[in-house]
Amino acid sequence: MLEKKKDADGDTSYSISVGPVHPALKEPVKLNMSIEGEKVTGVDFELSQVHRGVEWMGTRRNPIQIMFLAERICGICNICHIMAFSKAVENAAGIEVPARASYIRTIAAELERIHSHVLWAGVAAHELGFDSVMHYTWKLRENVLDTIEYLTGNRITKAIVTIGGVRRDIHEKQVPRLKETTDYYLKSFDKLGKIFLKDPVVKSRCRDTGILTKKEALVTCAVGPTARASGVRKDIRVDETYAAYPELDMKPMMPDMVTGETRGDVYDRIITRLLEVKQSAEIINDCLNQMPEGKIVYEEKIPKLLAELKGVEGEGTGRLEAPRGEVFHYVKMVGEDSPYAWKVRAPTYNNMLAWVPMLMNEQIADIPIIAASIDPCMSCTNRAVVAGKTSSILTQENLHRLSVEKTRKIREALK
Amino acid sequence: MSIKDLNRSLWVFHVNTGSCNGCDIEIVAALTPRYDAERFGVKLVGTPRHADVLLVTGPVTKDMKDKLKRVYDQTPDPKVVMSIGNCGNSGGCFYESYNIDGPIDKVVPVDVYVAGCPPRPEAIIDGVVKAWKKLEDLEAKK
Repeated sequence: MLEKKKDADGDTSYSISVGPVHPALKEPVKLNMSIEGEKVTGVDFELSQVHRGVEWMGTRRNPIQIMFLAERICGICNICHIMAFSKAVENAAGIEVPARASYIRTIAAELERIHSHVLWAGVAAHELGFDSVMHYTWKLRENVLDTIEYLTGNRITKAIVTIGGVRRDIHEKQVPRLKETTDYYLKSFDKLGKIFLKDPVVKSRCRDTGILTKKEALVTCAVGPTARASGVRKDIRVDETYAAYPELDMKPMMPDMVTGETRGDVYDRIITRLLEVKQSAEIINDCLNQMPEGKIVYEEKIPKLLAELKGVEGEGTGRLEAPRGEVFHYVKMVGEDSPYAWKVRAPTYNNMLAWVPMLMNEQIADIPIIAASIDPCMSCTNRAVVAGKTSSILTQENLHRLSVEKTRKIREALK
Repeated sequence: MSIKDLNRSLWVFHVNTGSCNGCDIEIVAALTPRYDAERFGVKLVGTPRHADVLLVTGPVTKDMKDKLKRVYDQTPDPKVVMSIGNCGNSGGCFYESYNIDGPIDKVVPVDVYVAGCPPRPEAIIDGVVKAWKKLEDLEAKK
């Protein structure tokens, strides 16, 4: 929907609002942009469309029931939420997680990272207008989903983590299948790299588009691959290490490892995520090689665990690196059935602020790929109610069409 | 009852009314090469005005209630509404939330319910087949 405005100098600008139901957006969020010609001159966004009151419901359930709720904060990165919540409760109750369980948690989290980043690569390709690449990457993704199903019993919501450990062990005979998967992704890394990094059309669409400088990344508190692509060396797996990561050899993946420079544009964010797919496959291999034997859970009997948790008084925090960045959970227990308070902060909450410097002065046709480049996840983010006007605007599908047209033009120009 | 030849391809529009994304990525998985519902002409379209079937996910938050109604009104008749996932069918694990006006059948009439949290792509495709049959019945009545 377009709205015409005149500023003090008499220049005409239009405000265009996108969403919450919009083909370029996979989830409801509303973006308001001011435009002058083709240029974006102002960006604002409205949240609260996916607010389900998860934290409030958490204070009415016991920790075992909350685990199911925590997994359903986000369907894509569900294991991070359940792991962060478990860590917060373990932290408050002083529960020690067995070493083998830490390794299994790490493997599950890295499988999820592969699935999430490959999914994102498909979404990015779709936003650029390369639907065949999107179908190709989603085909690649099915392999890791099969492996997740093989290990945990479910494709998406894994339900493998529990308070004090994990629910299912990885048996000796399951290891070859896992190794096959990591080999598959190490091999397809080259193919993905060729598609996304060598293709001249993708390069000219993404190079120097949606730049987030290192300073802006620090000011907006960007996290995860979005921050790393801007040159901020920040990875919770290394900085505040947890699970089995301290025993593994790993470092944050930065775009300058490939290109020798950091520009903080969409292209760098693609490089960072692709490197992380490869890194995750290597981490899983390392975990399988050095996994110790032993117990997989602190207390198998759930009523006994609940009785123990009921007596807990204190606060706990859980921080970890989700595919999109840092997830933070805080739990306060006061010796009752349910926690007194539960607070969740998901990575998109920080990364969304980075949209403002990224979208400023860019073309309208670049909005979809820039918006997608932080890998936004609204269901994670909408925890706070945003007060303000609640106008509902359904808008045209122009944005995606514009983006596809731009790709087509570039492809022709490069011929 | 069997699927006869519908005189056109079935086009679907997806509305997320506060879902956790689990069902949404399974819908896309149903359309991509492994399950490939697109080979039957089932296509995700960009506007409800082109759609025959509405795929609705999520427990319907207060904010999305009137948006879902508007999308429903914009879809031309005959139309079929599918509710995908447990939270859309019954509220699921969000049943007691203060910010939910759902489940979906409280807001718009639902024809096909797909259970699961999230349902597998096979289940979603099975639901689409049921929606297809329903659509044929509606067309025959016209």
